[in-house]
Order: sequence, then C-alpha cells, then structure tokens
Amino acid sequence: MTSLMTSPSGAPVGGVPLLEVDDLYVEFRTDYGVVHAVNGISYTLSAGETLAILGESGCGKSVSAQAIMGILDSPPGFVTGGEIRYKGSNLLTMSAKEQRDLRGEEISIVFQDALSSLNPVFSVGAQIGEMFRRHRGASRADAKKAAIELMERVRIPSAKERVNDYPHQFSGGMRQRVMIAMAIALDPAILIADEPTTALDVTVQAQIMDLLAELQKETGMGLILITHDLGVVGEIADRVAVMYAGRIVETGATDAVFSAPAMPYTEGLMASIARVDQKGQRLNPIVGAPPNLANLPSGCPFHPRCPRATDYCPTALPPLLEVVPGRYSACHYAEEVLRDH
Amino acid sequence: MARYIARRLLLAIPVLLGATFLIFAMVFALPGDPIRALGGDRPLAPAVQEQLREEYNLNDPLPVQYIKYVGGLVQGDFGRDFSGRPVSEIIQQRLPVTIKLALVALAFEAIFGLIAGILAGIRNKSFFDSLVLVSTTLIVSIPSFVLGFIAQYTFGLRLGLFPIAGLNDGLQSYLLPGFVLGALSLAYIARLTRTSLVENLRNDYVRTAKAKGLTPASVVGKHTLRNSLIPVVTYLGVDLGTLMSGAIITEGIFNLPGLGRAVFDAIASQEGAVVVGIVTLFVLVYILFNLLVDVLYAALDPRIRYE
Repeated sequence: MTSLMTSPSGAPVGGVPLLEVDDLYVEFRTDYGVVHAVNGISYTLSAGETLAILGESGCGKSVSAQAIMGILDSPPGFVTGGEIRYKGSNLLTMSAKEQRDLRGEEISIVFQDALSSLNPVFSVGAQIGEMFRRHRGASRADAKKAAIELMERVRIPSAKERVNDYPHQFSGGMRQRVMIAMAIALDPAILIADEPTTALDVTVQAQIMDLLAELQKETGMGLILITHDLGVVGEIADRVAVMYAGRIVETGATDAVFSAPAMPYTEGLMASIARVDQKGQRLNPIVGAPPNLANLPSGCPFHPRCPRATDYCPTALPPLLEVVPGRYSACHYAEEVLRDH
Repeated sequence: MARYIARRLLLAIPVLLGATFLIFAMVFALPGDPIRALGGDRPLAPAVQEQLREEYNLNDPLPVQYIKYVGGLVQGDFGRDFSGRPVSEIIQQRLPVTIKLALVALAFEAIFGLIAGILAGIRNKSFFDSLVLVSTTLIVSIPSFVLGFIAQYTFGLRLGLFPIAGLNDGLQSYLLPGFVLGALSLAYIARLTRTSLVENLRNDYVRTAKAKGLTPASVVGKHTLRNSLIPVVTYLGVDLGTLMSGAIITEGIFNLPGLGRAVFDAIASQEGAVVVGIVTLFVLVYILFNLLVDVLYAALDPRIRYE
C-alpha cells in the first residue's frame, strides 16, 4: 500500500497528504550540552494509513511525535528546523491558539503509560468528557453522556456505572482503553499511538492493538504507531519507518522491509527477534549501545555497531535514498544489503 | 467513613485524658503557693487561706485532685478561678477574640501564600521565584515577637495605617496581629505550593492535558493545581489548630484579650483550673482539625479511602 491512494474517505485533500513531516529537527538544550534528538526526518501519512515508526529507546521517535502534537517541553526542547504540515498548512508557524484548536480535534495522541498519563483526581468520565467541553462547548451532562458512549465504543464493560470511577480503579488494559476513548472522542484525522501497549500484559497488548486497528478501519483516520515491537508492526502497519539516532534510516512497505531489509540496522533488528523455527538457538542481539545523541559518531551514526561497516562509513553521512521504487535506505551499501536477502 | 470518624473520636478520649493529666501535673509542680500569693502584701487570714485550699481541693494529693477535676468535667463543670469566676465563662468571653485572630491569620497566609507560591511555581527559576525564596527565608528566620514589634513600629506608628494594640477598632484591630501570627505559615505555604506545583508540572498527565488542546490556564489552573493543592490544603487545616494555640505571644504583643493572654496570666498566678481548661480546649481543637484534615484529604484525593 502506498501512501497517496488508499484512504477510505477517498483521495487525500487536493492531492495533499494528511500529514507531511518535512526535514524536522528537534534538539534539547540541557546543562550538559545540546542533545540532537531528531535530525532531519521526513515522512507523510494519508488517511486510513498506518505508519509504524520503529526504533530503540532514545532514538527520537517519541520526541518527533511530541513535536507534531506541539507538546514538547520547551525549554529544554526546541524544534530547530523543518516543517510539519497538516492538510498543507504548517503547524509550526500557526498561532498558539490555532495549534490548540487542532490538538485533540484533528490530531490526537495515546501515551504509553495510561496510569500516569491520566489525571488521578478527576473521574475518567470527566476526563473523556473534557474533550467535548473544550472543543464543542458541550454541557456537563452532554459531555458525560458522550463519555459513556465512547467508553462503550472502546468496550469498557458497564460503562454507565464506571463513568464516575477514577483512573486508579481500572486495570491497566482498561485504563489504556480510557486513553484511547479520550483520543478518538472528536474523530481526529490523525491518531498517534506512542508505544500504546508497552506497559501492558501480552494478552492485553493484542486486545488493544486489535481495538486500534478496528477503530482505524471504522473512522478512516491515519495512524502513526510508535513502537519497538516488531511483531506489532508486522501485524498492522502498512508502511514502516525505522529510526536510528534521530534519523529515519529505512522506510518502505512493511512486508517488503521485513522480508528484505536494505539497511544493516533493520537487518540487525530482524535477526534479534525470537522465532519459533530457531527454537533452542541463541538470539542475535545488535552489539553495542545506541549512540549518545549529544555526541554522535562521525559519518553514519550506526557504523560503530555495524557488521558491514567499512573505512568509508565514518567519513560520510549516508543520505536517505530510494533503493528500489518505494524503498528508501540510508546506507552507503544499501543495494548490496538488499541483494543479500 | 462514618465508622472511621467514630473510631478517631473514641481515640481522642485517652489523648485528652493524658493531655489534661500532664498539664494538671505541671501546674501542680509549679513552685510557690498560689493562695498565699492572692493577698499580695497583706496576706489573707490563715482561716480564709485554709478555707480556699479546701474549696479548691489543694490539700489533696495530685491523683485525687485530678480525679475530682475530671469528675467535674464529665458533669460539664470546668472549675472556677480563685475569684470564683467559672472557667467556662472565661472561655466563652475570650474564645471569639482568638478565633477571629486565627481566621484573619489563616486568610492572610492562604491568600498571599498561595498567590506567591503559584506565581513562583509557574515562573520556576525566574526573578520572582528567587524573590519568593529569599523573602520567605527571611520571614522564617525572624522570631514572631521581633516581627510583631517591627510591624507595630512601621505600619502602626510610622505609617499610621493600622491600630497598634487593643481591640478598639473592630476588625481593623486584627489585621496587624493576624499578619504577624500568620507570617511564618505564609512563608511555609508559599514554599510548599511552589514545590508541589513544580513537581506536578513534570507529571505525564500535564502532557495529556496539553495534548487535549486545553489552554495553558486550564492545564495549570485545573489539572495541575488540583493535584498540587492537596498537601497545601491539609497543611492549612492543621495550621488553624496551631494558630489558635500559638496566639499566646501575638496576643501578648498586641494586647488582645484572647485565650492566649488568659493562659499566660493564669500560669503566672497558678490558676490551675484556668490553665488546664483552656489548654484542654486547645488540645481538643487540635485533635478535631487533624481529623478534619484527614477527612478532607480523602475528599480531595480519590485514591485515599478509609475503611
């Protein structure tokens, strides 16, 4: 599935994708120096499409999501370059009020840890209903009614009785459903799910992913799924963007990337999954640790951990180039890597 | 909840008994003979002294005196001072002054402490934040009697803005002593509010509130403040108890006829019944406000429940 043609709601608005992230840079100015969290990433998202952003902790995937939402902690976080266009207009140059009006209404986010992300002193009904009160001017009673409907929609049992309960009275999975109900309350065009299942049991993880996939099918929203779980990506993502050290190092249709990676880092990720047909064998982790974003290695930031690195790699930063149609890789030896599969 | 409150109230009985006994014993242990001191330069006739001692049970050993006192308490008799005036009457007359003083002090510390704390918390590490830090440190390090005299001199004498002492100007008379009494807690509240707000602003739910498109005023004023104020409100509750009993010095400086003054005078003249009666009232107030705070805590934070 390519990006521009597959939205249930028809073609993208005027040929423009729903969301375009264009050469985005984010840095954190800390007492210990400048941390380059996001270093020139670009991607697009269309209605009805699921884009997975894959990467290790600290590779900049959550930060880029917060930049899109406009909720970076600033200071210390600053967007230092690039554009984020929603339906063609740049979010970064909008007024604060225009940005706020889009948040929750057009672009929504589900965070990783629902317990800490929900306010402990307000009932879940009040927190879901707040979306309608803020953006639609709903009365308290109407907002509560809408909250109950949403809780039913994300299949929280006995929603009517539980609408006045507080977050700590729900199980982890149910709390994440509350978060999802809140995020989809106003039928946003884009939903960002930032590691939505990381804090949950495996069985509950599957239920939450199914729910997200189902809601997306119903509403035709574009879904950005931020995760480090390759299994989840393989199941529901149309396209995948692999991030490393604040850059996108490989992107393409999920099936194609998974069956034949064109970047040694992606190769390493694939090799590190436990597989049934390799039972009893040792796992193959990627050696070394993710780079320090305040002090990146020269050239290709992956070269210190790369089994294919040559003397050339530390000298030049490989740009993200098209290897075969629809497939991009940021590796000096992308064609070679791809040929090996 | 009702059972919890009932249990706490039952627990208050041994606390009250213990507190009254301790105070009773301390007054008993004071050196000097209060009855002989009554006459001053012209001692009372030995027969009269003896009659008074008999009347006030002063010839009995301490435990017997105490049991007789508690026996009276149970029947609602707080005893009398040496001039025969019932202690309950003294309390009735003096209590309103102390309550008004404590409420003015509470209003001062709540309003100014909260405003300073919230502004410092929002503008974390700004000039205003440092200003609050420095000025609250200063206030905390000045003893209240020094602060009292400074306030009397500058605002009362030099600027003539407030009455200096006494109760002749109605509510106005309470402003300066209320400020002096509340100053210490004002500083604590400013610091507590600031710290709590800064801490809560780092929480994930603040990010969620922003992501919902709420205005900064709503993110801070509703979502963050509601959480930050839980410790502050509980502090205010306990403090009201402390303010009422802590008014002894302030009432002295500003010559206010409240309970604090009454206790002070009664200690000087060893009026056991008056001291024990008023201090017991302080203990009771303290216990009740502590209970109130615990109940309030559960109302403010849904995560807290009492069985």
